[in-house]
Amino acid sequence: MNDIIVFFEQNIEIIYLLTFAVFLGFEVISKIPTVLHTPLMSGSNAISGVVLIGAILLIRVTEPTDYFPLIMATLGIILGTINLVGGLAVTSRMLEMFNKKKRK
Amino acid sequence: MNIVILDGVLFIASVLLIVGLRKLSNPDSASNGNRLAAVALGLGVLVALVYPVETQNNNYLYIAFGIVVGGFIGIISAKKVPMTAMPEMVSLFNGFGGLSAALISLVWMVNYHFSGEATELGIVLLNLFLGLVAFIGSMVAYGKLSGRLKDHHLKIPFNKVLNIIILLVTVGLIVVFSFNGYLSTPQTILFIVLSLFYGITFVAPIGGADMPVVIASLNALTGITAAISGIITDNKLMLLGGVLVGSSGIILTLLMCKAMNRSVLSVFFGNFSATKGAENQVEGNAKEISASNLAIQLAYSQRVCIIPGYGMAVAQAQKIVKELEENLENKDVEFKYAIHPVAGRMPGHMNVLLAEADVSYDKLLDLDEANSYLETTDVAIVVGANDVVNPSALEDPSSKIYGMPILKLSKTNNVIVLKRSMNPGYAGIQNPLFFKDNTKMLFGDAKKSIEIILKELKDV
Repeated sequence: MNDIIVFFEQNIEIIYLLTFAVFLGFEVISKIPTVLHTPLMSGSNAISGVVLIGAILLIRVTEPTDYFPLIMATLGIILGTINLVGGLAVTSRMLEMFNKKKRK
Repeated sequence: MNIVILDGVLFIASVLLIVGLRKLSNPDSASNGNRLAAVALGLGVLVALVYPVETQNNNYLYIAFGIVVGGFIGIISAKKVPMTAMPEMVSLFNGFGGLSAALISLVWMVNYHFSGEATELGIVLLNLFLGLVAFIGSMVAYGKLSGRLKDHHLKIPFNKVLNIIILLVTVGLIVVFSFNGYLSTPQTILFIVLSLFYGITFVAPIGGADMPVVIASLNALTGITAAISGIITDNKLMLLGGVLVGSSGIILTLLMCKAMNRSVLSVFFGNFSATKGAENQVEGNAKEISASNLAIQLAYSQRVCIIPGYGMAVAQAQKIVKELEENLENKDVEFKYAIHPVAGRMPGHMNVLLAEADVSYDKLLDLDEANSYLETTDVAIVVGANDVVNPSALEDPSSKIYGMPILKLSKTNNVIVLKRSMNPGYAGIQNPLFFKDNTKMLFGDAKKSIEIILKELKDV
């Protein structure tokens, strides 16, 4: 219990940020038209590729001789990048399709 | 480099990300929104590469290798995937994100010798668990959507009970391990296996019409793991991005549930099993119509409405439907599309397909508009939709989809169903619509049938 109280006090900023971000998220996304459900999903899916950043930060502090975490983190970077780059590319492909039609 | 500058760049990236996502939810600015998000994430990655860390081992070679390989695979698959396979693609990408988050937890654990303060270790273990669930859940969803996994492959005895037990055990283990402050290797392996197994029992029994809900909620889950990974590595951009994805996924999940008139709980813990239940068998004779007769009927109609479903995606019929639209509009027939919110296998699936075929927005009617339009429609053609037009949802309280808002075809003059055979739809529910007085069936591949209709129309 004490641990949790200490954690709460040490991380009060993060907890504020987390709470506000949740409200912000709901506020930003609400009222999306049906047309955009799929692009929004693939776009937000791409954003979850930010985990790539975490993998980069962790591999940078890994000992160069610790091959197991090195390989795991590299795999994490590969997968995160696929998620990020692939997701953004597929979203832009979809949105271009919408736009192309609009100019007509 | 100066740490203040780097923090400043991260702050700007966070603002760009929020603005980008905001723009992504409006049709006019969506493209810019996506670009802004890309810039924001790119900045975040650059900062992560040079940000001062405890030990400067860096391992840049591994990072470069990972980014090049991942980027290459990502771009190639994004370019190649057909629009019809979008739900599978999103699931697959989503699973990769989840696994990446799980690996972050694992690397953290190895780096810190599987020990840490209780809360710290607890958060890392929670992230490992959620990341693995998001990963394996997305893979199961991918298997189901791509047809590689059939629902009967996934029949696990006592699935629901097992599911709850594993969840309790896993949560219990997180608490115990965190208070111990240490995990041994076998304990870690056990934890990983349990998490994966939980993920399978979580998604396996959900199927049928609930697929869009599953995809949206797995999306949310990956977002949450990204946010927790942000806490672990103390990166605000990750935290923010993850939370935003989590919220958008939750909103979409709720929207999809609302479109089916079901509560979230009933989707995840209810009885909408992928396997067939004791559904009331509908008896009767379905009437057939020939393509040439239908062509004549269409040519002399005033209002025609297409009701697309997943079958249209499978038959790749969206382009030929657009040709039908052009042909009939030249004959002064009004031509619209009725889009049910859960038609297809992911939120907004039909809109993407029709956009690919250059159908303009204003011809797409949403549920309410469509239902008033369908009352005065001469011919409604159901192309590969089934459950979203199933009158059992209104008439039969024993039906699994009872209460779900549907596209009502009872007042439409003529309903034509394009279908391969009399098999029930994806949800495994028999459809009484086929036996109604105003319904006629046109059997065969939807694309081929419409091709024949088009040929006949040119002769009318």
